[in-house]
Amino acid sequence: MSSVIDGKDGRHDSDGMPGTPPPAGAAMSGLSLDTVRERLAGKTGRVYWRSLEELAEAPEFTDLLHREFPRQASEWTDAVSRREFLHVMAASLALAGLAGCGPRNPAEKILPYVKAPEGFIPGKPLYYASTLLDGGAATGVLVESHMGRPTKIEGNVRHPASLGATSAVMQASILTMYDPDRSQVVTSLEEVRPWNSFVQAMTQALAAQKAVGGSGLRILTETVNSPTTAAQLQKILADYPGARWHQYEPVNRDNVVDGARMAFGEAVDTHFNLLEARVIVSLDRDFLFEGPGHLRYVRDFARGRRVVTPGKAAHGADNGHEPAAHHDAPSGTMSRLYVAESAFTNTGARADHRLAVRPDMIEPIVREIARQVGVTGALAGGSLDANTQRFVAGLTADLRSNAGAGAVLVGDHQPAAVHALVHAINAALGNVGGPVVHTAPIAARPENQLESIRTLVADMDAGRVQLLLILGGNPIYTAPAEMEFADRLGKVGFRVHLGLYEDETSELCHWHVPETHPLEAWSDARAYDGTMSIVQPLIAPLYEGKSVHEFLAVLTGETARSGYELVREAWKAATGGANFEAIWSETVHDGFLTGSAAIHSQALIRDAGTFAPAGVSTATVSTGPVLAFRPDPSIGDGRHANNGWLQELSKPLTRLTWENVALISPVMAQSLGLMNGHVVELGAGGATTKAPVWILPGQPAEVITVHLGFGRTRAGRVGTGVGFDANKLRSASSFHWTGGVTIKKTGKKVKLACTQDHQSMEGRHLVRSASLSEHQKNPHWAHEVGTHEPPRDLTLYKDYPYNGNAWGLAIDLTSCVGCNACVIACQAENNIPVVGKSQVWRGREMAWLRIDRYFEGDLDDPALHYQPVMCMQCENAPCETVCPVAATVHNSEGLNDMAYNRCVGTRYCSNNCPYKVRRFNFMQYTDLKTPSMKLLNNPDVTVRTRGVMEKCTYCVQRINTVRIESRKANRPIRDGEIVTACQQACPAEAIVFGDINDPNSRVAKLKADTRNYGLLTDLNTRPRTTYLARLENPNPDMGKV
Amino acid sequence: MPQLFPRSANAYSRFTLFGSIFLIAGIGYVATEINRSGYGTQTDVHVDQPVPFSHQHHVGQLGIDCRYCHTSVEETASAGMPPTKTCMNCHSQIWTNAAMLEPVRASFRTDQSIEWVRVHDLPDFVYFNHSIHVSKGISCETCHGPVNNMPLVYKANTMFMEWCLECHRAPEKFVRPREAVFEFGYEPPGGDQQTLGERLVAEYHLNPKADCSICHR
Repeated sequence: MSSVIDGKDGRHDSDGMPGTPPPAGAAMSGLSLDTVRERLAGKTGRVYWRSLEELAEAPEFTDLLHREFPRQASEWTDAVSRREFLHVMAASLALAGLAGCGPRNPAEKILPYVKAPEGFIPGKPLYYASTLLDGGAATGVLVESHMGRPTKIEGNVRHPASLGATSAVMQASILTMYDPDRSQVVTSLEEVRPWNSFVQAMTQALAAQKAVGGSGLRILTETVNSPTTAAQLQKILADYPGARWHQYEPVNRDNVVDGARMAFGEAVDTHFNLLEARVIVSLDRDFLFEGPGHLRYVRDFARGRRVVTPGKAAHGADNGHEPAAHHDAPSGTMSRLYVAESAFTNTGARADHRLAVRPDMIEPIVREIARQVGVTGALAGGSLDANTQRFVAGLTADLRSNAGAGAVLVGDHQPAAVHALVHAINAALGNVGGPVVHTAPIAARPENQLESIRTLVADMDAGRVQLLLILGGNPIYTAPAEMEFADRLGKVGFRVHLGLYEDETSELCHWHVPETHPLEAWSDARAYDGTMSIVQPLIAPLYEGKSVHEFLAVLTGETARSGYELVREAWKAATGGANFEAIWSETVHDGFLTGSAAIHSQALIRDAGTFAPAGVSTATVSTGPVLAFRPDPSIGDGRHANNGWLQELSKPLTRLTWENVALISPVMAQSLGLMNGHVVELGAGGATTKAPVWILPGQPAEVITVHLGFGRTRAGRVGTGVGFDANKLRSASSFHWTGGVTIKKTGKKVKLACTQDHQSMEGRHLVRSASLSEHQKNPHWAHEVGTHEPPRDLTLYKDYPYNGNAWGLAIDLTSCVGCNACVIACQAENNIPVVGKSQVWRGREMAWLRIDRYFEGDLDDPALHYQPVMCMQCENAPCETVCPVAATVHNSEGLNDMAYNRCVGTRYCSNNCPYKVRRFNFMQYTDLKTPSMKLLNNPDVTVRTRGVMEKCTYCVQRINTVRIESRKANRPIRDGEIVTACQQACPAEAIVFGDINDPNSRVAKLKADTRNYGLLTDLNTRPRTTYLARLENPNPDMGKV
Repeated sequence: MPQLFPRSANAYSRFTLFGSIFLIAGIGYVATEINRSGYGTQTDVHVDQPVPFSHQHHVGQLGIDCRYCHTSVEETASAGMPPTKTCMNCHSQIWTNAAMLEPVRASFRTDQSIEWVRVHDLPDFVYFNHSIHVSKGISCETCHGPVNNMPLVYKANTMFMEWCLECHRAPEKFVRPREAVFEFGYEPPGGDQQTLGERLVAEYHLNPKADCSICHR
């Protein structure tokens, strides 16, 4: 089985590594998983590692270790020779001298208003409350607007779904708004047409439909949870009784809807109050990363696991440890998380006990839990292996002893019967009304979307559809392959597409109408708990976009009304009209209607005996490989495919960028003789596609996970042709996973843009973790690993005095869920450019803040740790002392200032940085040409050009703004007044910034905690960013599962 | 074999070698001096504007306060340029037919901004904030010069970084009482800036850091 695939015939993309020998391909063949296992077995204690290459000490890892950038990546390899280069440079130097004598800077114009709008001060950003959809539900945001252009999205502290946090996708949506590839004009068969002629064409088509009662009219939307859209659709359906409204999304909640119907006999939504939960069981549900309310869940989950152990008072940035003079006992408790899952997810990474299983094993596990917690009428689970039995027994015992304070969650892709059973389990344990809350559904019409689109396709096929309106969504790309949506669409006489982009679907429609971005139009939506939220525009539509309300107004004959009027009137009707003005202005100001959360419903559970899907008494688990489909952690179902920030974002588990892969387990890789980057042909249900494989430690042995959203053929210049299209393998009958999958080697190998070995810090106890009971026994454990810090005065440089504020940052590794929100928040705040795949290969990604991911222990069942790493703002900064032009210097508050305009690009600072947190503009990465991209930039931060080093500055622009305001008011800066972009976005409150000279500040208290430690402090760098070691809370009654 | 080079060649070669050093240094010196001269910095050179707005007339003679037009100077980074409406507050009543004011009226009529030419143009990597300076007793006049005597505004100072640092390193030499920030021609009591400055530095808690990130970020 040790067929080694030679790298020599490997494919190298045309834009990859010009002029260099194929580097990693050949090297990879030297790495075998047997070696990795051997090395791992030879280690004792807690072993942390980043990648298989690191464990095997493969050349591509050691290369990156010894040189920050791979061999030759930093060398001159262009076609222009060195001699020619010097030639040109000499001439341009001479000319530069001449240029200096020329006229000074071109005159700049100032264009003031003619009549200034009220309350609008040039140079002062304004913040407006609005709403974005995240995980399919409304999440409140505050959008920063500079002179009328939105530049940054921040969470709305008062919105229940956000509490000030955002997700990476929400942060990145600002880039989508300015995306120059968005569709800009109304087109008919690729011809530009005015909106009026579209209205005319529609009116004619509608008149024909009116005559037949609308029997040929179909409207296809994505999941609608906007009350205004729902009201408009209801009106249309009343006007055209024969018309039908369908909903379809490729990543939907069909099983959740059906499961609730099965359990309660009616549509019921379930959400969780995890702050009250002591035991949380997630059965294949990544509730910390996706789905409605996930930001709130992270917040509550992290708060439910906060342990404080005050140590010695923090002084300055010194994080050294002293013998336990006063030995404070840890206070606070931790909830416990059990996860059984069919892929490695962020939630699994936070689990205290994790079991990696096939997706079809979840049902027997649920049935066994149901039986053990005493759900009446539950069918037996069938045979579980000893390990699974122990896992189930441990968690059920825990659930029962914490009855009423537990929560069992199940993944959206698990069958309806499993959802129904989980409802019964929560009911039997008395969790409902406590951590588990049932409400009336928030979606306008919860339904089985797969059924919905199937009906639509059948109607199209039978010629019953004359007029089809596709409002958002991209069914040509996302509909199950065997439905042949494209083919059936051809039978519809008049097809209209409303969307942000001209995509695969618009290509096959008669009309395409550009849709407005949520930041451009009025709308509304409901949050995970039902809270009614307002979508408020920040800017007039950049292009000729129409909102879905304005589009539907054509059908209701209200073309004269603006989107604002339509939404406002729907609200007037919904809130009763009395005192409406006050309610409306308060709602628009706050971004949501206070007190509009859905109330807990007393839905009664039915007999669990009925929860078996027809024809299946006990779940039968097949054997052999399973292919599971999941949305991509960055670009979802493909709707964010043209967003460069998200494409270049290192995915949480794999650290891959610009790519989707077939994730396989080390066991499968070994048995098939596959290594990272080997291309295989995946076959399922008669279709095949080629995909590179990636070995993910912790992946269930028999499961191949592929992510949707890639392989787009018409996404825009960023997203087109990236990755492979997994939808091709997906059919309605095996929508979430499929057995009967074939995997065939092709002998090809590709180089994947993976960042996991970039910027390595060579081990040295970077991540530290222990269990809660170990911590209670010895709260000083975090300092007993790792090397000793040298005494403070062991340095040639004199100490800097910090008399005023001294900024510091503490990051709690117990809380961090690795969601990447901070990474994109940093990118948006600090004008950080995207570099592209071939530059990522060379280790030149620009993100100032990276999240390092470490595996711990066993190759097949590792624990996983996240560690956000940004500039440490060392007090003894190695970077500062080597800069020949003093472009990076120490400031009086302890920051390592970076003056971009001084930087000449020697890169000495980066070479000397042990944390590898400096980023260099090897090329002109920032887009200085595209007009809309200029609007995106934060005017408070310099836009960097080629040849300049850059790095995290603790958001010094925010520090300066607050400092100026406090000085003007003659008062000290208050704790918590300065919030860095990463801290603000973090749903887990893992990042805390503040003044370490103030012993009462939150950050000073965290730094006084016994878990506080610094990275590489043996180098006497005295970092200002420190970490709180991770605590886990495994069940003491259970061994390792 | 005869000598290839005459004896004098030694002198020539010395002259060329050392001379070139002086030449390069000289060119450098001259270039720097040009850059620092009024020609390089364009100080004291008035700039033509679409409307020949006279600060001398409006400020010096009529006594209009700076903040009547530059409204946001106490609130935010930018001092603010007045909207056309501000001009029209008066000029819809007086000099309503003056030819000189036609661009102002045209702007008001057509809703098109007047295109003023920027006089004080800092590089884009410099973040200057007006509000903190005026609230800490740094007068308009200190940086912008005797605007009340300028028929057309010119740059009175170089706007070099060293010029900024002069004050950031020794604010007592420049600070004034807050009440006098918008005054022109202010004289410290008894002409003793040092005593006044030291008192005000303590009173206003002045600590204008000279860290890079104060202005560059």
